[in-house]
Amino acid sequence: MVRLLLRRLAASVPLLLVVCSTTFFLAALIPGDLARTILGPNASQDQYLALRDQLGLNKPLTERYWAWLTDALHGNLGQSLFNQEPVTSLLDTRLPTTLSLVVGATILAAVLGVGLGIASARSAGMLGRVVDALALVGLALPNFFLGLLLVSWFAVSLQLLPATGYVPFTQSPGGWTKSLILPVVTLALPGVAVVAKQTRDSMKDVSRQPFVRTLRASGISRRSITFKHVLRSAAIPVVTVIGLVFVGALSGTVLVESVFAMPGLGGLAVQATANHDLPLIQGVVVYFTVIVIAVNVLVDIAYGALDPRVRVS
Amino acid sequence: MSSVVAIEHVEPVSGRSSVVRSLHRRPLVVVAVAFVAALVLVSLIAPWLAPYDPRAQDLSNALGGPTSHHLLGTDSLGRDVLSKILYGGRRSLLSIAEGVVVVLTLGVPLGLIAGYRGGWTDQALGRLAEVLLAVPAIIFVLVVLAVAPHNEDVAMVTFGVLGVPVMFRVVRGASLRVREDLYVSAARISGLSHPRIMVRHVLPRVKGPIIVQATLFAAYALLFETGLAYLGLTSDAGTPTWGGMVGEASAVIEQQRWLLVPPGVVIALTILAFAVIGDATRDALSERTQSSRASSRGRPTLSTPAPSHAGRHAGDVQLLAVDNLRVVLPDDRGEVPVVDSVSLSVAAGETVGLVGESGSGKTVTALALLRLLPPALRMSSGSVCVEGVDVSSMSERAFDRLRGSTLAYISQEPQSALDPTFTLGSQLVEVVRRHEEASRPKARRRALELLGMVELPDPERVARSRAHELSGGMAQRVAIAIALAGRPKLLIADEPTTALDVTVQAEILALLKRIQRETHMGLLLITHNWGVVADSCDRTMVMYAGQIVEESPSQDLFDRPRHPYTLGLLNSHPAMARAGAALTTMQGGVPSPGSWPTGCRFASRCRFVASECTGHAIPLTQQSTHRSTRCVRTAEIFGEVHA
Repeated sequence: MVRLLLRRLAASVPLLLVVCSTTFFLAALIPGDLARTILGPNASQDQYLALRDQLGLNKPLTERYWAWLTDALHGNLGQSLFNQEPVTSLLDTRLPTTLSLVVGATILAAVLGVGLGIASARSAGMLGRVVDALALVGLALPNFFLGLLLVSWFAVSLQLLPATGYVPFTQSPGGWTKSLILPVVTLALPGVAVVAKQTRDSMKDVSRQPFVRTLRASGISRRSITFKHVLRSAAIPVVTVIGLVFVGALSGTVLVESVFAMPGLGGLAVQATANHDLPLIQGVVVYFTVIVIAVNVLVDIAYGALDPRVRVS
Repeated sequence: MSSVVAIEHVEPVSGRSSVVRSLHRRPLVVVAVAFVAALVLVSLIAPWLAPYDPRAQDLSNALGGPTSHHLLGTDSLGRDVLSKILYGGRRSLLSIAEGVVVVLTLGVPLGLIAGYRGGWTDQALGRLAEVLLAVPAIIFVLVVLAVAPHNEDVAMVTFGVLGVPVMFRVVRGASLRVREDLYVSAARISGLSHPRIMVRHVLPRVKGPIIVQATLFAAYALLFETGLAYLGLTSDAGTPTWGGMVGEASAVIEQQRWLLVPPGVVIALTILAFAVIGDATRDALSERTQSSRASSRGRPTLSTPAPSHAGRHAGDVQLLAVDNLRVVLPDDRGEVPVVDSVSLSVAAGETVGLVGESGSGKTVTALALLRLLPPALRMSSGSVCVEGVDVSSMSERAFDRLRGSTLAYISQEPQSALDPTFTLGSQLVEVVRRHEEASRPKARRRALELLGMVELPDPERVARSRAHELSGGMAQRVAIAIALAGRPKLLIADEPTTALDVTVQAEILALLKRIQRETHMGLLLITHNWGVVADSCDRTMVMYAGQIVEESPSQDLFDRPRHPYTLGLLNSHPAMARAGAALTTMQGGVPSPGSWPTGCRFASRCRFVASECTGHAIPLTQQSTHRSTRCVRTAEIFGEVHA
């Protein structure tokens, strides 16, 4: 098991490298001139050349790439072009907000989704249609729109929850919870139906396997068969889907943090884009990739815990 | 923004006419297609349709709700919302088109090549796809938009490239399955060039999944495009876009909530339309690949039993007495019988064999007795008596208590019969505690005792292991231990040795015999192995096409079969062949349910067939106290019985 994890971690190093390099070259090769973009149309040629020099755009691409990569390996992702702060410290202060949101949304989607999935696997019909309807709603309503709908109901009309803003946990746990509810629900909703469908389908699949027949023939109660035996085998693909829901919620933060004015990585990425702050947004790419890799490792650990056969291979 | 990753399950397909036909049968799909078509048309002629210039401001009329002048109201600058919606669709649809074109032009050829060629090309492309899928798409696009601000075309092309891996995987998977098809191999052998084969023969077969994936991608592209517009990253402030309208509405959410509705509804409806088209296409495709299976659940409905042979063993109460069992497969046209008027009985301490070729209905009979039929099958009539009590009308809950304690079951595939995820010890302990009040340590001792009883060498170690760590023979011993945990009175063993090595087979049979001697339980042994019958069974029933065709004490059956099918089975078995005589085989196979003839079901394979064999159903007739056969020509073929 430990060896399997180490192997997975080792395999993710080149992945991280490739993703970072792709981002770097993508930014360099896209039609557009960063210095011109930042300065706007009214800048003088001198200003332009000075900025190009400052940004290092006059050096050859490979040299810039090498410098960026060595710095990155030393934990230095450069400085923000906009306010000259180190990218890593900007990102580190934003990380807790984003993690609160995404982890919260994933847990909510997993709990509701698995619950709904089990219920609809046991009793087809009504509940199945609820899940199907939820899936369509989750797909059809863009998360920024869904977030605004929730704001309009729960913040503007009912005045139950704050419309925007984030309260750090250390400042007020109650305020922290309240500030998270609406964005977390917004991020979780599309995932609920996805998890529910996967849970339902894989429980139905597992129920058809011969070992369930043996369990029933040996007199084990149906409750134990469903909740203990079938659920454990069925959980394996569900865990994969929960991993995907996490990644979905992570990309969702780009919009949802903007809707709720949350000071997280997603919102920061949007600001950085609007400010043409390339080092900052490249930093976000690195952080996002590392988070995704970490989640994939967690998914692997969960596999091993659920399915003993994985541990051996 | 949902991740683009989630959609990959698509069935392979061929042809299209019936797919199109089945799409027509769904009114929702027609509506969705019409909606998308109307949207395209409206966007094209927006300048002629729109009542106002979408940029024309009228501050005196700002934030007005819907009126007869402004059907959808006005925004914070007094601009007409309807006109903005009409114009806004142009940019969104163009963006969708850009993304879809990129996905198709890159994803389809790469997928075809990877699936068709395989090898290192496939591997390299697969790796690349994996990398592209590792990072949320939106963040890559933000990098692009930081350098090329407000350039929506570049953004959508990038989004398209990031969507390629999913399309690639779908097309690769589909063409991989087509590659080995006969006509593709034939085309290859006949010397057609590879690109030609891919385009002419493979592409048409994978068209379905491509359509499904492209529609779903269109839905995601719209989600994505409106999101970027909402953030104000793609268009300048004046240009009307659906996402931008949601953004503007959010600024005045406390004054005029209505403004959220028009752009929100039109975005949601458009995404839904794409999703409905994609889903319906997928459903239509998978309907074609899998035969429609009717399923019906519920307790068997019982009809009055027909006259039967239940009285044969009158006097002593049988452990198990089955009378006129009938199992059917309900389908569109009614019910297809799978097992038909089967009556059998097992006494305590007795071993009864149920013999027949695959497909004769042996396993279905066993599962019906245990009420563990697959959902598609239904027991339509008959009665099952256990220790003299009719259990066929018993509630599910009450019947649950019989399983394991009165009736137990072991199956053919020992390894897949055990839960792969729990240790065998914990499975055994659970079953023990289900049947007797026992503390955990006590149940554990009993579990180890059971493992010892089935002659496993190291019970402690076996209890700690899981199914995949055991050999087939050991797994079958564990399965027997689980079956014995509730001290059952009758064990139904469905081909318990078929999947095992010959030497192990004998050991398992010896074990069952020994346990039976010790516990005096009844054993219903399903098999197609005459060796097993000769070795273990007191009485034997021969099944063919859902019916019992002969019933006899085992020894008499070997010496003097009274049904041509039994004779055929015996003659085709090497161990039973007489020295010097040629080993014969029976031509053909068991007719499948639904294609059974009215007359003798064995007639088409019987070398003694005569005119009286066909035309009417053949009854099971008693030959002597313990023998019966379902053959009208028994006396002519085999002579009179000397009981």
